[in-house]
Amino acid sequence: MPVSFPAGVEYLRILPEIILTLAGVLIMLLEAVWSDQRRTVFAPISLAALAAALWAAMASSYGPAFSSMLAIGGSATFFRALVIVVGLLAVLASSEYLTRERANGAEYYALILFSVVGQCVMVAANDLLMVFVGLEIASIASYVLAGYLRDDPRNNEAALKYFLLGSFATAFLLYGVAWMYGLTGSTNLSIIREVLLSSGAPSLGLTGVAAALIFVGLAFKISAAPFQIWAPDVYQGAPAPVSAFLSAGPKAAAFAVLVIFMVHFGATAEQLQPVLWACALASMVIGNFAAIQQSNIKRLLAYSSIAHAGYVLVAVTANSEIGAAAVMFYMAAYALTNIGAFAVVTHVARKGERFVSMSDFAGLSRRQPAMAAMLALFLLSLIGVPLTGGFFGKFYIFKAALDSHLVWLTVLGLLNSAVAAYYYLRVLVLMYFHEPGEGAEELPAAGASLQIAVYACAIGTLVLGILPDWVLDYASKAALK
Amino acid sequence: MDALLFMIFAAIAAVCGINLVIQKHAISSALSLVGVMAALAALYLLLGGEFIAAAQLVVYAGAIMVLFVFVIMLLNAGVERTTRRRPWAQYAGVPLLLVLFGTVALLVQEISPAGDNVIFGEFTKGTPLDVGRALFTTYLLPFEVTSVLILIAILGAIVLARKEID
Repeated sequence: MPVSFPAGVEYLRILPEIILTLAGVLIMLLEAVWSDQRRTVFAPISLAALAAALWAAMASSYGPAFSSMLAIGGSATFFRALVIVVGLLAVLASSEYLTRERANGAEYYALILFSVVGQCVMVAANDLLMVFVGLEIASIASYVLAGYLRDDPRNNEAALKYFLLGSFATAFLLYGVAWMYGLTGSTNLSIIREVLLSSGAPSLGLTGVAAALIFVGLAFKISAAPFQIWAPDVYQGAPAPVSAFLSAGPKAAAFAVLVIFMVHFGATAEQLQPVLWACALASMVIGNFAAIQQSNIKRLLAYSSIAHAGYVLVAVTANSEIGAAAVMFYMAAYALTNIGAFAVVTHVARKGERFVSMSDFAGLSRRQPAMAAMLALFLLSLIGVPLTGGFFGKFYIFKAALDSHLVWLTVLGLLNSAVAAYYYLRVLVLMYFHEPGEGAEELPAAGASLQIAVYACAIGTLVLGILPDWVLDYASKAALK
Repeated sequence: MDALLFMIFAAIAAVCGINLVIQKHAISSALSLVGVMAALAALYLLLGGEFIAAAQLVVYAGAIMVLFVFVIMLLNAGVERTTRRRPWAQYAGVPLLLVLFGTVALLVQEISPAGDNVIFGEFTKGTPLDVGRALFTTYLLPFEVTSVLILIAILGAIVLARKEID
């Protein structure tokens, strides 16, 4: 029996994962052997590793790797770069927060790096096994990160809720994977696609059940209704920089997997269109209308994140190449905007996250004009105002939906965006037209790394809003395959 | 004979599985789970998956279940307290269960070729050699990436169990 070993180029294709894993292990080892004074070095090591991984992901050649377990293509490269950038920004936004909370431990950085490894594996997966293993790595890291400040009861609640519901959702995904394997005889997505297209394909009803079970697992990760219940509690309870990371990285990875499945499951996926349609609409409505009633800024951003998952699901429902490109563009714009917004919240919240209610943002423009301006920009992008990434994101999504004749969904989605403008503008008005509250503390200037994160997000949001073609061209080419 | 043995062990697995859910005490549930695992191992063995059967017995029924039982005893978990069930759960539960069974039955019917019964002893590719070969060639990457998964589980346990951070 001939045994084929992976060729050298296949190792190069998983170089980002290798770099990040080695860096994570290195950080854990250094923590064990070094004294406490050198703790500040973990963040730079993580940043260097993420930058190296970003380069490796961009430079990677296209093609299968390791018996076709992974397939590196345009879409995989895009999403790998995106989740690594999310990791970079999250590390930048975290280090000041962790020092403030006296929690600047090596484990935090190792967890972020490993979580990014899991997300990279997910988005490049060409096998249901790899999807599952990658998802589990990313999820378990997220559960622990949500409860990272162990002595804070809010963190505990967030971690426990996320863990229990998340494991339950993963079980659904795994059950769906088992069904798919039983029906098609393979876990490899390329082979599954061939079997589903062949004349001896299993009946659509059964593959539909399998695909629906898998969708339940993924819908949980993207916090789409009706699987969104965990999101507000987790985003509110978790440390603010962790919420930033959770709302961008794992979500982008889960959407990438969803797009991969839409492509490979063919007619089976088309059959699920009504389900996707309903989930998209429910997410938008529940997210937006619940966000209006919130008084806690983190909770508001959590509900807004549910609504945004709904918008992206509209593009997934369109199930076309333009739709796939729109998903990529929107996730990039949304990730930058949301991390930026959470980074500003991280700064304003101060020690112990005491200032996270909406009223604490009153008069922010007078206390910290630069930070207020940045948050204003991010909120405008979340609304979808022209010249920001959010505008073109929404534009491409609804264009894709119209091209696929989803007129009603487009109309309802646009109405929802109008509703959303109300609660984002409320924060804007508070920041610019209200006096600071009585108990407002003097805000010190943000640390250098946090400022870099915020400004990088702002520049990214503007670039996507003014020169969307750069990213969109790439995304369209990647979606064509 | 093989078919009879298969039926017996399948029945044991199903009964233990139901018992696992309806038992009120955590230890009884854990012991039922041991029963499920052991019966499954016997099913694997009957189907020719000798290595998987041994692994199932050693890893699940042995190591993991012992850990479960230790944790339950360590935490001194008592009798389960039930809260009042939601009315819709009470009425929708059984019909939904029947729907699930129905679809599973359809699935089995769909993937088993008509009139072609399972031949016990036909499958001979379950030796440690075959499993090892598959694990280190085709499934090399998932196998290696799983080690990251285990690493992160250990790391998570350390984070959640440590005394203080700084």
